Amino acid sequence: MRRDESPLIRWLLIALALGFLGLFLVLPLAAVLAQALGKGTGAYFAALTQPDAWASIRLTLLVAAIAVPVNIGFGLAASWAIAKFDFRGKSLLISLIDLPFSVSPVISGLVFVLLFGLQGWFGETLRDHNIRVLFAVPGIVLATMFVTFPFVARELIPLMEEQGREEEEAAIVLGAGGFKTFLTVTLPNVKWGLLHGVLLCNARAMGEFGAVSVVSGHIRGLTNTMPLHVEILYNEYDFVGAFAVASLLALLALLTLVAKSALEWRLRDEIAALRQS
Amino acid sequence: MPKNNPAKPWRVIPGFGLTLGLTLGWLSVLVLIPLTSLFVMASGLTLDQWLAIFADSRVQAAFRLSFGGALVAALINAAAGLLVAWVLVRFDFPGRRLIDAMVDLPFALPTAVAGIALAALYAPQGWIGQLIEPLGIKVAFTPLGAIVAMVFVGLPFVVRTVQPVLEDIDSEVEEAAASLGAGRWQTFSRVILPTLAPALLTGFALAFARAVGEYGSVIFIAGNFPGLSEIVPLLIVVRLEQYDYVGATAIAAIMLVASFVLLLAINGLQRWNRDRLSRGAA
Repeated sequence: MRRDESPLIRWLLIALALGFLGLFLVLPLAAVLAQALGKGTGAYFAALTQPDAWASIRLTLLVAAIAVPVNIGFGLAASWAIAKFDFRGKSLLISLIDLPFSVSPVISGLVFVLLFGLQGWFGETLRDHNIRVLFAVPGIVLATMFVTFPFVARELIPLMEEQGREEEEAAIVLGAGGFKTFLTVTLPNVKWGLLHGVLLCNARAMGEFGAVSVVSGHIRGLTNTMPLHVEILYNEYDFVGAFAVASLLALLALLTLVAKSALEWRLRDEIAALRQS
Repeated sequence: MPKNNPAKPWRVIPGFGLTLGLTLGWLSVLVLIPLTSLFVMASGLTLDQWLAIFADSRVQAAFRLSFGGALVAALINAAAGLLVAWVLVRFDFPGRRLIDAMVDLPFALPTAVAGIALAALYAPQGWIGQLIEPLGIKVAFTPLGAIVAMVFVGLPFVVRTVQPVLEDIDSEVEEAAASLGAGRWQTFSRVILPTLAPALLTGFALAFARAVGEYGSVIFIAGNFPGLSEIVPLLIVVRLEQYDYVGATAIAAIMLVASFVLLLAINGLQRWNRDRLSRGAA
């Protein structure tokens, strides 16, 4: 085997790579757990059952429950339009959909302050009608939808493009309606890809910090999501509390990774089968 | 009814107008109009206001740290990412699949959690901090801390762009180089590295772009001393908290333009990468 490294170099490279990953991935996770449980499990669970902690968990779930389904709807519409039809400006549209990924989270929040803040474009109109967007739940939902905007669409567009249009065309020629074709032909074909996008979208929606921080106003018990609550507790030197809530978010991240990997192995097999046929 | 379109007079699949309309509508309302509002606000600034912002040493220092730190972090990620991708693709060892899955952790872990975890690790009493502090290295609450956080958030990009290309490299090419008398290092630097270059550059650019705009993971560990360890996104937040909307908007507009330039560069790199891959397959 002339193309392989000698065993010594091989183990050296493996050790270096694992050392780097251990330093940057494993140690931070272990630190979260160690800090959260640093004063015992009693303090840990006491921190998690604080009313403010509960309020932040509820708000995070609420925001994700709005942002993720909207993202699914948009992603399905966008990928249908892009993958099943030809039109001019398609690649520009795909680039524009990806745009929020390259915007700093803080700027993603700032644009909504500029629109809905008191000095913003719609600020006075909103105040006159007594509608609160900024420093309230609607602003948090908007900022979350902005940062998660591309997730489902960018997952589905390449997948649907790869699958082509023949199956849908056949279903429609055979008399199925457009919506029925979508439900019975397209959706089953893309379900794992869709789920993959939803997982990532959900992780980001629940974990977003920068954008939400700018629009939230940090009102305890009212406009603090879990990441914001972590920040407040941390800045108040309540480390057990901060890391206890952080440990829930870390658990969410780990569950997301497990589910995502399982899906990727399945998807890889499916795409391989698709390419062979 | 299929819609009339001169380019394609008849379509079998319905729903083009509806889905494209929804897509464009939602894209405009949620993304394009808000981003435009930022540029419209920024265009209202006078030349003197712009000059004052550029001349502010605090602003200059923040840009130096955000872009300089991101550059260093992306370089570290390029080297370490290549190593990790190599080890994951070429070698088999216990736990390889688990480690492969773990690489995406920075994508899944909320930035605030990463931020406080890194701060706890590198603080003077932290696990790593107490080891390096006697050596005279301070990471927490210095610009170095910002770079550590930027390395964390950019970690998956290079691995994930290099990995598939490395998997596709034909072993015959390497064997040919070896049989022609090339040493292992020569084969790597003359044959493998040039093939990986577009993917490596793409991953580098993605990691750089992510690190430039990063906020959550950096602010806890950097200490945020104005002019020293303060990043641009934090400076925007500071300006907002001072109700200095003009300052916040101007700095954000510069950042956005930089991000768009980076995005264009990344798109170009990805096209280059794809072209090389498809040529290799043909």
